[in-house]
Amino acid sequence: MTSHGHVAISCIGVRKQFVLRHTRSLKEALVWLVKGRKGDLSKKFQALNHVSLEVKQGETVALLGLNGSGKSTLLKLISGVLQPDGGTVRTRGRVAGLIEVGAGFHHDLSGRDNVYLNGAILGMSEKQIDEMFDSIVEFSEIGEFIDTEVKFYSSGMYLRLAFSIAVHTDPEVFLIDEILAVGDEPFQRKCIAKIKELAEKGKTLFVVSHDLDLVATVCERGVLLEHGEIVMDGDVHEVVGELRRRSATV
Amino acid sequence: MAGQSDQLVKPGIGRGLLDVYGDRFLLKLLVRKEIKIRYRGSVLGLMWSYVKPLMQFLIYFIALGIFLNLERGTPNYAIYLFSGIVLVNFFTESLSNATRSIVDNRDLIRKIYLPRELFPVATVWVSAAHFLPQLLVLIGACLFVGWTPSILQIAAAILIFVMVAVLGTGLGLMFGAVNVYFRDSENIVDMIVMVVTWASPVLYVWTMVERVMGEWFWVYMLNPMTVAVEVFHWTFWEPTLKANQPVSDTMPPDLLNFWLPVSMIISVAILFIGQLMFRRLSVHFAQEL
Repeated sequence: MTSHGHVAISCIGVRKQFVLRHTRSLKEALVWLVKGRKGDLSKKFQALNHVSLEVKQGETVALLGLNGSGKSTLLKLISGVLQPDGGTVRTRGRVAGLIEVGAGFHHDLSGRDNVYLNGAILGMSEKQIDEMFDSIVEFSEIGEFIDTEVKFYSSGMYLRLAFSIAVHTDPEVFLIDEILAVGDEPFQRKCIAKIKELAEKGKTLFVVSHDLDLVATVCERGVLLEHGEIVMDGDVHEVVGELRRRSATV
Repeated sequence: MAGQSDQLVKPGIGRGLLDVYGDRFLLKLLVRKEIKIRYRGSVLGLMWSYVKPLMQFLIYFIALGIFLNLERGTPNYAIYLFSGIVLVNFFTESLSNATRSIVDNRDLIRKIYLPRELFPVATVWVSAAHFLPQLLVLIGACLFVGWTPSILQIAAAILIFVMVAVLGTGLGLMFGAVNVYFRDSENIVDMIVMVVTWASPVLYVWTMVERVMGEWFWVYMLNPMTVAVEVFHWTFWEPTLKANQPVSDTMPPDLLNFWLPVSMIISVAILFIGQLMFRRLSVHFAQEL
């Protein structure tokens, strides 16, 4: 284990509930108000309940749990996309993620334009992108197609380019959601090697994945979420074992 | 520990429009993207930005100028008409695109935290990019009929351009944020867009309104777009008039020394309120989209 520095991610008593609103028109909301607010206009769903978690700089943490346990919600709270309803989330340094692989892509722009646009969206400066550009293209194996519009790319090429940009953004804290959605097997191996390299460089990794064997090789620490609550926090192999036991009984 | 990156901070809490200024590179790329993709796959491309306002101009000119004979009472009516149209187009395009900008970029907003003000601001810049070529056409037409503006008049037109951008951004922030929760917002804006061409003296002359409204004329002048269009007339239309042409009452009373400051204050206030509303509402954008 490497020596860990300051706290990189701190969650204290975080709560998040979602409102499943069925109506999206002013008229229905007005009618509801006029009727004296009778009935529930919306249904509520508790996604995270009093989650407290501290991640030190340089730690590699796997967030585990079954579908709907609140993993992605927690990731979105840490990235700042969502705001908690209670408690506080704080982070140190630049946080970026592979949650958003390809989110900033525009189909009608060339690969080159998309590298710049997506790089800027992920927080890179113009100079950084200029410097990284060749390395991004090389890693993505896009080659001469970089000046072709992205809509003509195969889905593999698309993901490879998006992933390549994301790993080149060089943040202090890396959020990774489902790494294995990327490309064919050789490229997956390359991605995993890259992620391990980042971990060795002392980056903080926060990984969500259903591939338990894989996260066990990438991460040291495991956190198990169930119905929006942390039920276990410890060595990744033990947590993976616990999750397997629990899912076997379901 | 020195430097901001060493502090623990709450993610996803920005400083609003100030963050947009700090992220000019991304703003530039977003504006460029919008301009590139707007007319993708079309043969005429950016030419559509000229063709549409010219068509609009021709319709109004033939229907109002010739059929309703407004041309007789207003010398150089074509210039009068076009200078108002380009400015109102800039405003309506800014407003209606800014209103849709948040919902249109929902894929991004749901996944990545960015200063969300970037999107409405970028659309206003895109509108400005479509406004400038139209302005060149206007200036060309003005020069053709003999245009001799003063420095003050040109400065006033630039000021008005900035003011309309501020007004469009402010209203765009408001309606864009509300649009996330209630899509009715788009329809309200469509109505505003329809009204604004007629609620400011673009097609007719302000004296016609004064005749009807009498002492209530100040209500009409409270509309910042009325003042903006009148200042544009003062810059682009008035200096093209010849000495023998009737020029009495080309401008409403107290336009520059009273109504211009008032509408600037109104515009800045709207920007301020828009930013406040946007900040309050943007907290839940990602989950509501």
